[in-house]
Amino acid sequence: MLYREAGDFKTTYAEDSQTFPIKFDRWRYWAVLAIAWLVIPFFVNDYWANAILVPFLIYSIAAIGLNILTGYCGQVSLGTGGFMAVGAYAVYKLMTAFPDVSILIHVVLAGLITAVVGAAFGLPSLRIKGFYLAVATLAAQFFLVWLFNKVPWFYNYSASGQISAPERFVGGIAVTGAETAPWAQYLICLAFVTICAVMARNLTRGSLGRQWMAIRDMDIAAEIIGVDPLRAKLTAFAASSFFIGIAGALFFAVYLGAVEVGEAFGIQKSFLVLFMCIIGGLGSIFGSFAGAAFLVLLPVALKVLGVDILGWPSSTVAHLQLVAVGGLIMFFLIKEPHGLAQLWRVTKEKLRLWPFPY
Amino acid sequence: MKDSGAPYVTADGRQIGKVLMDMRGITLRFGGVEAIKDISFDIREGEIRAMIGPNGAGKSSMLNVISGFYHPQEGEVWFRGEKRPPMKPFQVARLGIARTFQNIALFDGMSVLDNIMTGRLTHMKTGLLAQMVWKGPAEREEVENRAVVERIIDFLEIQAIRKTPVGRLPYGLKKRVELARALAAEPKLLLLDEPMAGMNVEEKEDMSRFILDVNDEFGTTIALIEHDMGVVMDLSDRVVVMDYGRKIGDGTPHEVRNNQEVIDAYLGVAHD
Amino acid sequence: MSAEFLYGVEVIINGLMAGVLYALVALGFVLIFKASGIFNYAQGVMALFAALTLVGIMEGQVPFSHIINATFGTDVHNFGWTVPALLAIALTLVVMIIFAWMVHTFVFKHLVGQEPIILFMATIGLAYFLEGIGDLMWGSDIKTLDIGIPQGGSMWVENLSKHLGGEDFYGFFIDKLDIVATIVAIVLVAGLIVFAQYTKQGRAMRAVADDHQAALSVGISLNFIWVLVWSLAGMVALVAGVMWGAKSGVQFSLSLIALKALPVLMLGGFTSIPGAIVGGLIIGVGEKLFEYMIGPMVGGATENWFAYVLALLFLVFRPQGLFGERIIERV
Repeated sequence: MLYREAGDFKTTYAEDSQTFPIKFDRWRYWAVLAIAWLVIPFFVNDYWANAILVPFLIYSIAAIGLNILTGYCGQVSLGTGGFMAVGAYAVYKLMTAFPDVSILIHVVLAGLITAVVGAAFGLPSLRIKGFYLAVATLAAQFFLVWLFNKVPWFYNYSASGQISAPERFVGGIAVTGAETAPWAQYLICLAFVTICAVMARNLTRGSLGRQWMAIRDMDIAAEIIGVDPLRAKLTAFAASSFFIGIAGALFFAVYLGAVEVGEAFGIQKSFLVLFMCIIGGLGSIFGSFAGAAFLVLLPVALKVLGVDILGWPSSTVAHLQLVAVGGLIMFFLIKEPHGLAQLWRVTKEKLRLWPFPY
Repeated sequence: MKDSGAPYVTADGRQIGKVLMDMRGITLRFGGVEAIKDISFDIREGEIRAMIGPNGAGKSSMLNVISGFYHPQEGEVWFRGEKRPPMKPFQVARLGIARTFQNIALFDGMSVLDNIMTGRLTHMKTGLLAQMVWKGPAEREEVENRAVVERIIDFLEIQAIRKTPVGRLPYGLKKRVELARALAAEPKLLLLDEPMAGMNVEEKEDMSRFILDVNDEFGTTIALIEHDMGVVMDLSDRVVVMDYGRKIGDGTPHEVRNNQEVIDAYLGVAHD
Repeated sequence: MSAEFLYGVEVIINGLMAGVLYALVALGFVLIFKASGIFNYAQGVMALFAALTLVGIMEGQVPFSHIINATFGTDVHNFGWTVPALLAIALTLVVMIIFAWMVHTFVFKHLVGQEPIILFMATIGLAYFLEGIGDLMWGSDIKTLDIGIPQGGSMWVENLSKHLGGEDFYGFFIDKLDIVATIVAIVLVAGLIVFAQYTKQGRAMRAVADDHQAALSVGISLNFIWVLVWSLAGMVALVAGVMWGAKSGVQFSLSLIALKALPVLMLGGFTSIPGAIVGGLIIGVGEKLFEYMIGPMVGGATENWFAYVLALLFLVFRPQGLFGERIIERV
């Protein structure tokens, strides 16, 4: 009975267009934020941070980024891994070239650099559409990975060809490098996730978001009612790549610490993030979180079940994971193309009328 | 026929203004096919201008030329006394030309409100950064434009379906939402491509009333394509008749009705 | 003729041979796309799966042996027999037909009428699924595939072409396997064309490709045709898998190589069989030549991306591909 609109009157248009129009949703949102910021940091240990929380947060940012491009603007990209690599190498070059500047600034700059690169690879989207574009983004994926592999300047001529993150501090606390405490890793990622999610939400609810969705739903009609397709698509590519670049930077600097580009940012990563968007729900910020959580938890759950309980070899479980992910993708596309977010929405709609069926 | 560019008042007291849009010698070809052959006509401020003709006459192509979607091989388009250079459709929209489509072209993934708000895009200027921050210019602009859109929602009597996804609406309402989206742009020239196709009598009456009201209250110039002759004759100030890409008649409904060539085109005539 | 020029020619010839293999995979894409509008990303993995199955059957492997052993504590790996190549190929073909039926019945039948991009993403899911199944059934270790196709450089070509150059030219090096692959590909394409042109099912297939509704209205079973094209695509995948597998071993990278069929299709257009072949040859020659001439200057391994970048640039200037018709947009 708590969950309803009745009695919650809106007197201004601003109030009517807020993110959570229902009071109960607003409370829950603040509760989740409070727990994430004030409770979890005191309980997080190394296993939880490294196996679940930190990858979940970072993939959430990447999924939000791809969701802007694919879910909101309708441009399917298979270049996410390549763009994450741009973020990672940008932050690495910045960290080593300007050691005195705060890492926070470096991560944001890495996002901006990725935005520029993403917009450049987005240029062909004006002429190439649908899965032609999807295949064209593979060019970005393979070319960028090759570039970071072959040009020694990017990895500072290190003998191994890897990049590894030097130790950096925020307010005297290490956030990168081997000495980083799990709660510090968690908090810096959480900070970026919170800001990115709010920014993405703002972008998608205003006039720009409507331009993207118009292009997605019917590009010709969109152009005739006054959407500049070039500008709409390029801003989508840029905004999307900005978030993906930040995700890549954090993935390298905070999460992995050392990276070999083909392994960390290969084509598999592109698919993983795309799957997060599909399973979570295309065109939904909440869905990006749900999808990221699902695909971070699935391997952990399968491992616990397969290796620890059933005693199967871990390679078999890894293969089983492919089957599960592939099967789920097909299942969701058939049964619920709008993903977990839609299931959530339907539940909420039912809840609104509860205990009555209509 | 009144050929001089000066404003005039019709017999039933309607104010007709200067020439708003002037199509001069338009020819449009697709490969070897000539969809439009050397057609000239004008649209005056404040009038309701109809285009009629059998299927395949080139009416929709002409509308597409006006909205910048097709580029004619020959001829000039003059808008508000200036020659319009070749333009992209979105640039044409910014000049103040809005339209609806023969086959409804709403954005199915969005609510009615969002769809109509897209009509305001040509009036919304805040950039990427302001949108990201939201508080401040972006929110203010959103609220201002929302107020305009709400007036149009009231005008077209679709308050109850504001937040409904357009995919769930019945056909007649979709047509009305599409009109709302075009009106939201506050256009100088409104193009309607078969606004009453597939409607029943009652819905047609509603739509006719809306078209007249729009013309009356906002003073919007309207050019429309329609097959229902009764509607065309009742609504429009002047009619262009097309057949096989040529113009075969132009004038008031009364003049057109008595034009022999038009009667031939519609009723059929034995060719030797 | 200078040796350098002749080696350039050799690169081109080898590129053509590689292009034939790309074209083979691309052919599978075109078949399915024409008949059902599905852009089948999983075609490459199908080739891998077919090759894995072929090896598994030939060596008498027990399918899913890892899971069986882990669950029941047994230690079975082989049935203890080997199957002759031809019989194994026939059995693999049966497996691919069953697979085609399952894919259609459980997945794409439920997605009829969806947007192309949704179908595309579903095939990415299918690719993952199939890859996992292949590994679970047959294990993920690299396997050698030997069905008796001759391998190694062809001395005949080498000796024949030796006298073309001077002292420092030793004749063209061309793998016998590539020659066999080319012949097989030509036979396969000819077979498909005959099938499509002169058989009842072939005509039905073309009718479906033209217009689903119209085909349905004259009594063609769409379900049957779609299972048929998936089966044909499975067969093409098997041929491609055998050729690639014999060349570089049966392993996961096979499906990545097969990814190159995508830029091939972008060049050739999705619906054109000649386009797939010409596109395959252009990509094959292009990437080999680029690697030969520009590769050493930029650190090599340009084959990883050349095909995609070429297709991208090409499409920007000609969005409809080489053989596609000019697109007239309508509202």
